[in-house]
Amino acid sequence: MFEDLRDLYQEVIFDHNRNPRNFRVMDNANRQVEGFNPLCGDRLTLFLKIDDHVIIDASFQGSGCAISTASVSLMTEIVKGKTEAEADALFKQFHEMTTGKSEEINLEAVGKLAVLAGVREYPARVKCATLAWHTLDAALKNEAQSISTE
Amino acid sequence: MSIFPIEQIRADFPILGETIRNKPLVYLDNAASCQKPQAVIDSIVYTYSHEYANIHRGVHTLSVRATDKFEGAREKVRAFINAASTKEIIFVRGATEAINLVAQSYGKSQLQACDEIVISAMEHHANIVPWQMLCQQIGAVLKVAPMNQQGELLFDEFEQLMNAKTKLVAITQMSNALGTINPVEKIIAAAHAKGIPVLLDGAQAIPHMAVDVQALDCDFYVFSGHKLYGPSGTGVLYGKQALLEAMPPYQGGGDMIRQVTFEKTEYAGLPHKFEAGTPAIAEIIGLGAAIDYVTTIGMDKIAAYEAELLDYATQQAEQIKRLNIIGQAAHKGGILSFTLDRIHPHDIGTMLDSLGIAIRAGHHCAMPVMDFYGVPATARASFAMYNTRQEIDVLMQGIKSLIEVFG
Repeated sequence: MFEDLRDLYQEVIFDHNRNPRNFRVMDNANRQVEGFNPLCGDRLTLFLKIDDHVIIDASFQGSGCAISTASVSLMTEIVKGKTEAEADALFKQFHEMTTGKSEEINLEAVGKLAVLAGVREYPARVKCATLAWHTLDAALKNEAQSISTE
Repeated sequence: MSIFPIEQIRADFPILGETIRNKPLVYLDNAASCQKPQAVIDSIVYTYSHEYANIHRGVHTLSVRATDKFEGAREKVRAFINAASTKEIIFVRGATEAINLVAQSYGKSQLQACDEIVISAMEHHANIVPWQMLCQQIGAVLKVAPMNQQGELLFDEFEQLMNAKTKLVAITQMSNALGTINPVEKIIAAAHAKGIPVLLDGAQAIPHMAVDVQALDCDFYVFSGHKLYGPSGTGVLYGKQALLEAMPPYQGGGDMIRQVTFEKTEYAGLPHKFEAGTPAIAEIIGLGAAIDYVTTIGMDKIAAYEAELLDYATQQAEQIKRLNIIGQAAHKGGILSFTLDRIHPHDIGTMLDSLGIAIRAGHHCAMPVMDFYGVPATARASFAMYNTRQEIDVLMQGIKSLIEVFG
């Protein structure tokens, strides 16, 4: 019945929505940033433990739609063990994939994040996918306690 | 329902023939904005093709024609809400601008520091923020009358909030987020008993029920044209003449003056005092056409038909496990706000859109209402006179299917 939506709602997204990974408060986090999308009310808190420019641990709390929950869940998995510079590069790749003009998706660079590429056909939903990454960006820059997509 | 000319009405709205994502459009976002009948579209085309010029200005024929049509629309609005005089009908851009006008003109000139304004817990942001702005400007205080879990105003609490310091009650006639229809007659009587004027936000109510401002005895009534099947960019402020006379202009400019020198300006009389600048001429004439359209069908018939639609939708929704209806007031208009356990409203919105069904997912410009129910957002199906039981069946089937897909 929802054939048109298969690119947007892939099984991986349902899976992460039902069972979000790293969904916990991190007591020893040294970065903590709130992300907020005032258009839809999605809120998340991202926790990072960064040691010598390496992301040792990442977790989150909050509520949002399936796209935003899956996006932040996948992100916390993928950035663990990456350097800040690598995570920043990934943010830029993800941003290009979800909002960019180029048809080609750099699969090597984005890996399993490619399941979220479908949002670019749904302008109203792009911010659901990018909220997590803008929150990460703010956390890496260590410049804000809270960010908003608007 | 057999006497309601639903097939004819649907045929009058060209957009209802659209397909969305290869499915017939099921438009259930009427609380956000209603679609337009051919009569309104034709009116705009006719004005620009044959009768358009600026109004109240020229002696030339076209200007006179446009002015006659524009002022004719004012008379249609007057008759539609049964105001005593066209002097009491002020054209604005929408209900939002009308409330801002009252806050800045009436509020700033009549209220003082420590005076109180009473609103309710179910207001749209448009009936919250203008009052907050006024309160910041003059040091007045905003009081909020609470509601119960069903989304009904707690009348005793509301009554107790009104005291000697209360200078205005501003309340919605029908909640856009919940569908609640407030007991406005009782509210107005209680406020007037204490000498307090009442502004009714009629933005949601106006397309769904007959409104008689003299019978209601409200002091101000505001609504938007685009929710009454009329063009966007049109709205109406009704105010009792004595109140409007005493209020200073809201904006300065052309059309609102009698005489201007660099030393002093003498303002025009009502209603032009509040209509600075060139208004949405063709659109307001189109609003007149929308009023003709609904009047021909009959507001009481529309109300009865929509009440049956809501009853049917509510019965169907109650059959669906995991569906929670937000807003279960005993007296409700055609709005079904709901959540589904473990499925976010935005996912509901996208999934239904793929089936051609347009609903609203979000906070409905009523964030305090969302906070009250402890949800970030709801999905909202809102009905108009052109919706059908079959469309509600499509909606319910869509909801059941997406629940299966989400698991």
